[in-house]
Amino acid sequence: MMKFLWSFLIGGLLCAAAQVLIDKTKLTPARILVLYVTLGVLLTAVGVYKPLVELAGCGATTPLTGFGYSLAEGVKNAVDEKGIIGAFTGGLTGTAGGITAAVVFGYIITLIFNGRPRD
Amino acid sequence: MGRLIKLENPPRINGYASVVGKREHEGPLSADFDVHDKSEKFGMDTWEKAESEMQRMALNLALSKAKLSPDALGAIFAGDLQNQCVGSVYASENFHTPYFGLYGACSTFAESIMLSALFVSAGYFDICGAVTSSHFCAAERQYRFPLEYGGQRAPTAQRTVTGAGAMVIGGGNTGVKITEVMPGRVVDKGINDVNNMGAAMAPAAIDTIESYFNESGKSPTEFDLILTGDLGAEGHSITLEYLQKRGLDIAAVYSDCGLMIFNRKTQDMHSGGSGCGCSASVVCGNIMKRFEKGTLHDILYIATGALMSPSSLQQGLSIPGIAHLVRLEA
Amino acid sequence: MDINEKEYKEYCKKHAKHSPLIKDTLMAFLFGGLICMAAEGLFEFYLYIGIAKEIVKTLVPITLIFLSALTTGIGIYDDLAKIAGAGTLVPITGFANAVVSPAIDDKSEGMIMGVGAKMFTIAGPVIVYGVLSSVIYGLIYWFVGVI
Repeated sequence: MMKFLWSFLIGGLLCAAAQVLIDKTKLTPARILVLYVTLGVLLTAVGVYKPLVELAGCGATTPLTGFGYSLAEGVKNAVDEKGIIGAFTGGLTGTAGGITAAVVFGYIITLIFNGRPRD
Repeated sequence: MGRLIKLENPPRINGYASVVGKREHEGPLSADFDVHDKSEKFGMDTWEKAESEMQRMALNLALSKAKLSPDALGAIFAGDLQNQCVGSVYASENFHTPYFGLYGACSTFAESIMLSALFVSAGYFDICGAVTSSHFCAAERQYRFPLEYGGQRAPTAQRTVTGAGAMVIGGGNTGVKITEVMPGRVVDKGINDVNNMGAAMAPAAIDTIESYFNESGKSPTEFDLILTGDLGAEGHSITLEYLQKRGLDIAAVYSDCGLMIFNRKTQDMHSGGSGCGCSASVVCGNIMKRFEKGTLHDILYIATGALMSPSSLQQGLSIPGIAHLVRLEA
Repeated sequence: MDINEKEYKEYCKKHAKHSPLIKDTLMAFLFGGLICMAAEGLFEFYLYIGIAKEIVKTLVPITLIFLSALTTGIGIYDDLAKIAGAGTLVPITGFANAVVSPAIDDKSEGMIMGVGAKMFTIAGPVIVYGVLSSVIYGLIYWFVGVI
């Protein structure tokens, strides 16, 4: 049960911090996402993010910092296994599922639906 | 040299029409528009074609109200917000008449009225068509985000109006007269916030309004209405305050099309409407009908435009504004 | 025109109506937290029905991406995002929305240059900078390991 609570708390806080950045600075959403993914890589590299994932589970892996975490973890594991070439293969291997899902489901949805004016 | 042009033989508005989308039709001016389509597609399969169709319908309706056939048009002055102005191109090809494509962003309707009036007054054409449009979906795709993208708008942001307005401008003894025009100049006060177009355009509106009263020697209360195009809540109050500071009080007669077209509270439209279709549909709907009913006699219509492109924004350039003035008299 | 540019910019900045920061942040916290908690629920559910943990780690984001693509297609994701703000932007569902929404829009420009080319106009930078930074990390990690 604690896992759910931590997941809610950490996930919520990561989103709330991004909202403060949007409202208080002129950062566009695209810049914030880039900031989050690189921050995720950095925090994983210095060893901060993994404990957070262990604590909050999906609360740390679902926000885009978690995407950076998967990239960094993928790279780390691949370097351990294969040496320097792992730096080139590990990142996208670690995130292959997500990216492929976005392309495949995105494509299927595009075939079915059309855009409409929002309110 | 002064900018104010008094038209010797004031041309008249022989016919006018407005076409709008769903949210404009749900707004406070609902009853004044001629045509609306809830789907905002107007029978077309893309938003861009829908925009052209709105222009075509508006000009056709204006012609039929003027009891004129398309052959009578000497030229069309048209504009929109799409890249390379193609919205107007595909609308105008239906009329087989000389075509001038204009780009003045949201100020284009006043620009097209002005040029039509100048050509008619000078006698080069007997009758001209002035028509402009904007479509929320086409503009959103081009300038901002995809339609289904989940984003929040800033409170100062404005919403592009889905709408078109057309006027047939010619001679005769009836109809509203275009008696004075004042072309705007590009004014840049360094605003580069794309979510605050009102602030970017306000200096141009201030410039043109002030110049008009300086050159004409008139006072604001001589008019029933001073109407800006689409400054929205932000630009409206900036313009009012700055003019007041500079000794020109227009508060009693001042209004803005962007504020009129939507109910900002119930429709959640933030700072108000914008786009070339905003003031075009408001003027060709509400304003012209009020002239007909006799509740308006003499107004200044100042359409404002924010002259930026997606590339200029990404390169961090500021957003210059422009404001064209047209005086309409019963 | 004799309006001072610096003065005007400052005036506009002060004049501009601000976003309701507290309400926005609360909403982002709430919706973002709920999405993450739902992901946690999915995680536990997949484990419960006997799927191996390594697979579940990938299956959860894939499920979220599917749900986001679907809600984007039927047109509710953007309505939700209006209230949730960063709460729907930052989770992986926001990434999926950024992939699907331009693709739907640009269908009118054809399946290759419309859908194919525009799919990553918004989400592309995330992958570019994510991959770049991970490679830099990988190289440093390798170098540190060698010495």
